[in-house]
Amino acid sequence: MMSKLALSDDILLRVEKPARYIGGEVNAVIKNKAEVDVRIAFCFPDVYEIGMSHLGLQILYDMFNRMEGVWCERVYSPWVDLDAIMRKENIPLFALESQDKILDFDFLAVTLQYEMCYTNILQILDLSHIPLLAKERGEDMPIVIGGGPCTYNPEPIADFFDLFYIGEGETRYGELIALYRQCKQEGAGRKEFLKRAVGIPGIYVPAFYEVSYGEDGTIASFRPAFEGIPATIRKEAEMELSHAPYPLKPIVPFMRATQDRVVLEIMRGCMRGCRFCQAGQIYRPVRERDVDTLKSYALEALKNTGQEEISLSSLSSSDYTKLPELLDFLIEDCSQRHVNISLPSLRIDAFSLDVMSKVQDVKKTSLTFAPEAGSQRLRNVINKGLTEEDILHGSALAFQGGWRRVKLYFMLGLPTETNEDIVKIAELADQIAATFYATVPKEERKGGRVQIVVSTSFFVPKPFTPFQWAPQCTKEEFLEKAYTVRNAIKEQLNQKNIKYNWHEADVSVLEGVLARGDRRISQVLLKVYQKGAFYDAWSEYFNNEKWMEAFAECGIDPGFYTSRERDTEEILPWDFIDCGVTKAFLKKEWERAQREEVTPNCRKECQGCGAARFGGGICYEAHHEDSD
Amino acid sequence: MALPVSAAASVTKRIMKIRIKFRKYGNLKFIGHLDVQRYFQKAVRRAGIDAAYSTGFSPHQIMSFAAPLGLGLESNGEYMDMEVNSFLGSEETAARLNACGVDGIEVLSVRVLPPDARNAMASVAAAAYTVRFREGREPDFNWKEHLKECEDLLPGIYELKLLLPENALYMLLETGSAGNLKPAAVMEAYLAAHGETLQENALLITREETYLNMGTQENRQLAPLDAIGKLSGPIQAKDGESVHD
Repeated sequence: MMSKLALSDDILLRVEKPARYIGGEVNAVIKNKAEVDVRIAFCFPDVYEIGMSHLGLQILYDMFNRMEGVWCERVYSPWVDLDAIMRKENIPLFALESQDKILDFDFLAVTLQYEMCYTNILQILDLSHIPLLAKERGEDMPIVIGGGPCTYNPEPIADFFDLFYIGEGETRYGELIALYRQCKQEGAGRKEFLKRAVGIPGIYVPAFYEVSYGEDGTIASFRPAFEGIPATIRKEAEMELSHAPYPLKPIVPFMRATQDRVVLEIMRGCMRGCRFCQAGQIYRPVRERDVDTLKSYALEALKNTGQEEISLSSLSSSDYTKLPELLDFLIEDCSQRHVNISLPSLRIDAFSLDVMSKVQDVKKTSLTFAPEAGSQRLRNVINKGLTEEDILHGSALAFQGGWRRVKLYFMLGLPTETNEDIVKIAELADQIAATFYATVPKEERKGGRVQIVVSTSFFVPKPFTPFQWAPQCTKEEFLEKAYTVRNAIKEQLNQKNIKYNWHEADVSVLEGVLARGDRRISQVLLKVYQKGAFYDAWSEYFNNEKWMEAFAECGIDPGFYTSRERDTEEILPWDFIDCGVTKAFLKKEWERAQREEVTPNCRKECQGCGAARFGGGICYEAHHEDSD
Repeated sequence: MALPVSAAASVTKRIMKIRIKFRKYGNLKFIGHLDVQRYFQKAVRRAGIDAAYSTGFSPHQIMSFAAPLGLGLESNGEYMDMEVNSFLGSEETAARLNACGVDGIEVLSVRVLPPDARNAMASVAAAAYTVRFREGREPDFNWKEHLKECEDLLPGIYELKLLLPENALYMLLETGSAGNLKPAAVMEAYLAAHGETLQENALLITREETYLNMGTQENRQLAPLDAIGKLSGPIQAKDGESVHD
């Protein structure tokens, strides 16, 4: 059955890539509306080819559509060309499957993967003709839900959402939908539904909480506005990961998506505990999927999609205990089916190089290291357990194996960073180049000279990390650091083999405000959106001036949220969320960081972070002294 | 752990060429030529067709598409070639591709080509279209009256006639690498000759058929692109010898 398109031929032929808006892809779910009583528009607030690449969306789309009477459809941000047409012609935003307008839905569920998409949420609401502020929405409006990693500090966008679902989506949506049906049947209104929804673990309704601020601008109190509302919200975690629903028939886009492949999530969580990394904390405890289940998923999903490529997804795939078995299977089976295997970033060692040489053309691919900091001292501060020896030894092995390109990722502006640490970035790159000349004899260098690409991003402190109290650098400081790297590289012996890229500093500063902001940031978002800002995650549309104007007009100093060092006693905007990892643990880690002390990984030694209370995962495995 | 086996397999197996005719319609007129290629690469895998692959680290199916169809056009006569190691039969191949397919692309027939057949893209000599004006976007002059003069307007117009009662134009136009004339270009020239310009998106165009030339440049003998192929039952993979009679 082909849906009648929401947009006319004229419009579709006028916009770039009309395939973004027509739906109808292989494995897209069409249901009979007569048999559906709950309709969900699942939104990734960015352009189609980015949103279609997101595994979480495919997981939840599949989960919802397995539920009887529930039809989950997709909606993405219209690209700027269509956005302008829809505004001019007053065309309401629609979902791809039915092409029905979002206003017809029961829920608009928005996944929040990065802060710079926040203005696109407003675009989605606006084009849907849903009031931007939750308090202005009428009874018949869809309930607007936020989920995903950014909800671990939902406060900057609190005004725009009716409720947030904190944690992993597999666990509580069934209950939430059952409650919604019950309320509908009883004729209980929107507010009553929200009131009852907070009884479900993981559900946060921002309108039911009151915040007051002290004279210094910090939060004086944060509490439920009336009785019966929980004071803290515990994140949800799926503890039966191997038995949780998984999309075996993921949607196959017509146009090329950024991730044009089958993705297998092998594991959730990370045992490493890098102190800058939010994902490493909020997805605790580490849980692996059963390897036999994964093998059958791989075959099934490849068969159902016809994809030419499969890739593994996790925060640190080298730590998946059955990785050799899984890769053996994939290499054996996939090569017979002419399926490419795209490997996630693995720790570079003899095993991973062997695997990579089997599935990639070493001459065309590059090797990736993420030391994150240039010096061992600073790597100890951030608890990144990668040593210079690991990097140089791994590079030597790789050069012997035929690789010629090495990519290095670093962060600038990490806590305690000195000039010396920064210069070490250049020196490390130089040492890798020197390793090439020392490892590969002259007559074997014909395959092109060694190329080392150094990329730096600017460090943005995130909630629920040991660095959540750390001051963030200003734009000027960031740029100064980038110039230091650039100049230091120029002084290296092998500078001709080294290329240097750095990120824009404006966006990092803004990301810092949105990451650690409080409720007062909602008005800035509203203001900057009204000034025409959206697609801020796209450098060609990001306009820093508009943002600075919006801050000024709201009387808000962005520095309050970024460059200020927070006291560990301060009430943080996200303190009401319990992510499993305790504040006491984060504080201990913050102190250890300042003492340059490394903390062993979860598999080696439990640090008592608090995630054990979820009752499963790595917390209940035996510890291994030998693993690292 | 094995290396990709395709390298070993493709040298010993005798490869067959098949030509697939399909229709592209409805909402899928908004997906581009590259998207159609990607669609078939994946559909062939879903359908379990024994495709032949190139060797190397990124093995890909060996496919050739006839004439790219512009965005917004529908077609009843699209073609693609692919190479297979074994053949499920014309009917079964079409049925499987349609069963795992989407609304908007329908496989109409599958034929086995002679081993020396030129690929689909190189074979294209002409294409037939029906062209209609969208409502309210017709030119001001009586365009049906003056059609005769059209034939000499541009080189590459092989035939042009009015279809009644649907008020559509039938056009047979030179297509392919030697010369490629598009229906919109014909209409633009026709309107221009009458001092008018074609309105934006004024035409609804369906490609009806794609042709190869079995005659010579001077004495054209156009036939549908799959006229040189044969419907066939299943054919087993064979080693080293030709599978085509």
